[in-house]
Amino acid sequence: MNELSIANASRRDFLKASAGLTLAFYLPSGIAAKAGGAASFAPNAFVRIGSDDSVTIVAKHLEMGQGTYTGLPTLVAEELDADWAQLRVEGAPADAKRYNNLLWGKMQGTGGSSAIANSFEQMRRAGATARAMLVAAAAQRWQVPAAAITVRRGVVMHTASGRTARFGELAAAAAQLPVPEQVTLKSPQDFVYIGKRVPRTDSKSKTHGTAMYTQDVQLPGMLVALVAHPPRFGGKVKSFDAARTKAVRGVVDVVAVPSGVAVLGRDFWSAKRGRDVLKVVWDEAAAFRLGTPEIVSRYQALLDQPGIVARKDGDAAAALAGAAKRLTADYSFPFLAHAAMEPLNCVIRAGADLCEVWNGEQFQTGDQDNIAAVLGIKPEQVWINMLYAGGSFGRRANPHSDYLVEAAQIAKAIRGRAPVKLVWTREDDMHGGYYRPLYLHRLAGGLDAGGRPVAWSQRIVGQSIQAGTAFESAMVKAGVDRTSVEGAANLPYAIPNISVDLHSPKLGVPVQWWRSVGSTHTAFAVETFIDELAHAAGKDAVQFRRALLAQHARHLGVLELAANQAGWGSALAPGKAGEKRGRGIAVHESFNTFVAQVAEVTVRPDGGFGVDRVVCAVDCGIAVNPDVISAQMEGGIGFGLAAALYGEITLKDGVVEESNFPDYPLLRINEMPQVEVHVVASAEKPTGVGEPGVPVIAPAVANALFAATGQRLCKLPLRLA
Amino acid sequence: MLTLNVNGVHHRVDVAADMPLLWVLRDRLGLTGTKYGCGVGACGACTVHIEGKPARACRTPASAAAGKRVTTIEGLHSRAAKAVQAAWESLDVVQCGYCQSGQIMTAASLLAANPKPSDADIDAAMAGNLCRCATYHRIRAAIHDAAKRLA
Ligand code: FES
Ligand code: FES
Repeated sequence: MNELSIANASRRDFLKASAGLTLAFYLPSGIAAKAGGAASFAPNAFVRIGSDDSVTIVAKHLEMGQGTYTGLPTLVAEELDADWAQLRVEGAPADAKRYNNLLWGKMQGTGGSSAIANSFEQMRRAGATARAMLVAAAAQRWQVPAAAITVRRGVVMHTASGRTARFGELAAAAAQLPVPEQVTLKSPQDFVYIGKRVPRTDSKSKTHGTAMYTQDVQLPGMLVALVAHPPRFGGKVKSFDAARTKAVRGVVDVVAVPSGVAVLGRDFWSAKRGRDVLKVVWDEAAAFRLGTPEIVSRYQALLDQPGIVARKDGDAAAALAGAAKRLTADYSFPFLAHAAMEPLNCVIRAGADLCEVWNGEQFQTGDQDNIAAVLGIKPEQVWINMLYAGGSFGRRANPHSDYLVEAAQIAKAIRGRAPVKLVWTREDDMHGGYYRPLYLHRLAGGLDAGGRPVAWSQRIVGQSIQAGTAFESAMVKAGVDRTSVEGAANLPYAIPNISVDLHSPKLGVPVQWWRSVGSTHTAFAVETFIDELAHAAGKDAVQFRRALLAQHARHLGVLELAANQAGWGSALAPGKAGEKRGRGIAVHESFNTFVAQVAEVTVRPDGGFGVDRVVCAVDCGIAVNPDVISAQMEGGIGFGLAAALYGEITLKDGVVEESNFPDYPLLRINEMPQVEVHVVASAEKPTGVGEPGVPVIAPAVANALFAATGQRLCKLPLRLA
Repeated sequence: MLTLNVNGVHHRVDVAADMPLLWVLRDRLGLTGTKYGCGVGACGACTVHIEGKPARACRTPASAAAGKRVTTIEGLHSRAAKAVQAAWESLDVVQCGYCQSGQIMTAASLLAANPKPSDADIDAAMAGNLCRCATYHRIRAAIHDAAKRLA
């Protein structure tokens, strides 16, 4: 695979014809496109075939590590019968008319592990359409019936006469033909790429330091902006003194914006040095001032009161009262920062009726709307150039476009005088809010005399992520934010009496989705509590679950696969003297993907522990690229483990206490377990894999720690007594 | 004015002496393969080689690098480095990729010093390079693979 360019059509055309250009960069939806060479052929918004034989796939989804820039071209290549080495990937411009996420209605964006799920047919159709037109062009040229023509690995062939042509040779002729209305997609048994490993398209550039991230964008005359933010959420600038800042070499300007005071410099270091000596007086009249302990005690009071019902089967209270055995447990989950390796940033160039943005862009439509509102232009006048994101885990899809709006405010404050790269330092990023909310859960369960569960009740307390966002009307129904209860309200276990209810208190800490969203907490509470019930019933954790999952074949499938592959039931090799070992399992569905994991732990005499091995089974329907799926499970396990071991954002008097990796540790290589991933063979439609590996590891580890030590841990991060 | 020798090329740069090498490389010399992750020497994203040894560019004042041989990912051409990059590609180690320049710089110097590292050697050498995508499982495998390529 050649090095990929991720330059984007809008950018290139903008450069070609910048002066006075309005919106002429859009590719025509019909025949020849102007981008990519004179004789290029673009039958639709997703595929462009150049006379140089290159096949460019326009990717509508952000590549943030999860493999979209490999998965999306795989789907096109499959139906086009292209050679993998011909493919190039280009980020789509912001244009929801053509590039909306089919699972998000009219909005363009990436999230909810939906990239492959929503594109599976669309991208295959795009490839099949291009193929049909190349075949038609060859049929015309060779005067043979289209049905007698085959295509293999980028070569169009008429076997009877031995004639062949490469795509590039047919591109110009194909561009003159009508786009077919109907195309036939391959049957799965004919797939040559789907289901096999194809190499990632971004490996080469990312191993040679040439991949372009937002942080790497340099424009002529560009200034770098750092913003002094208020120390507490809800604070505002009262006044500032920039005298010393302006004396710093390389500082060009200092401007107030609604979110703080921006220092603009010729480079990062100048702006940073300038900000270090800036004096700001903050207006904290409306600032948030609670600390974590106070938040927790307020939430605890809510745990005692009934919430809004999210699920009610039978009568859980009565069944609990009549149960032979009752168990209860309270859980607590801290705020979590996304802490992507690339701190938040974006580049913006604002003109009178055009604003151009460079970003690892996760939510085009919302960001266009919000930036346009700041600048007083139309959303379609906000052009977004797609770059790789150095991780995101949800953070770059902010419903309020926080950092993009901040960049737009800076551009506005300097009246578009220069392009601006807004850079958040690691500390800014960690203090910047939009955390996974803090949640408390209260679980209660009852067993009958035979050890069968008869009652399950779960109460959840925590902020709504969707309240006040563009998603609220779709995601919050009758007071229940679906993302607060997902993974709990859809409890798969066959228990006759189930109650799940919810409190969504308002709090001045900005919150957001964090890789696997509601399942980050619900999977832990559900999967450790079911384990506790199994133990109380005197049953094996796998058998207990299996008996309750008869109606859920896919849960059962991954549960059994993981258990078998892990040697569930066999004795674990003993640890060194004084060490204790244990094995635990958990199973969970998120984003329509099913994952089970078995974790093996070793507890040291000092109470420290390590996770040695994880066996993971995943059912995500048709496995488009099994290697990318494995990578997402491996990475998801490591990401989930970081939260299980360390993840915790705390507040004191409203101030976030953590600021950088020394006090918000991430997982290190020496803490990464051996991971084995087993992908279930399936003919179901493909579902996402970016998130579903994450939520399962913490409960599997907690259950393993219980097996090793007898201690039930209900508070994250996990700490043994 | 400082003179820096980066990837075999001499550059005269007019910067404050305390400006970290990281920002000279990125903002002045346009060598953006070296990444900013934390700025406090805690993540390894900014790893470069100074006189062949891994160093944190975010904690190295430009003045301290003056007159020394600095190598960045763009100028990494040693045999060990080629083996590391080939192994990285063949195992598709990368996810978001943002940490990977630093991982590769550290791995290349590990293999230059120890052509056949054990898992424990790898853990010891690589523990300072954070990867939020947790590609560690493949990093370990790729270092073993690179060692084989070098043998
Ligand atoms: S940026 Fe230098 S160690 Fe993190
Ligand atoms: S690949 Fe994303 S941080 Fe390492």
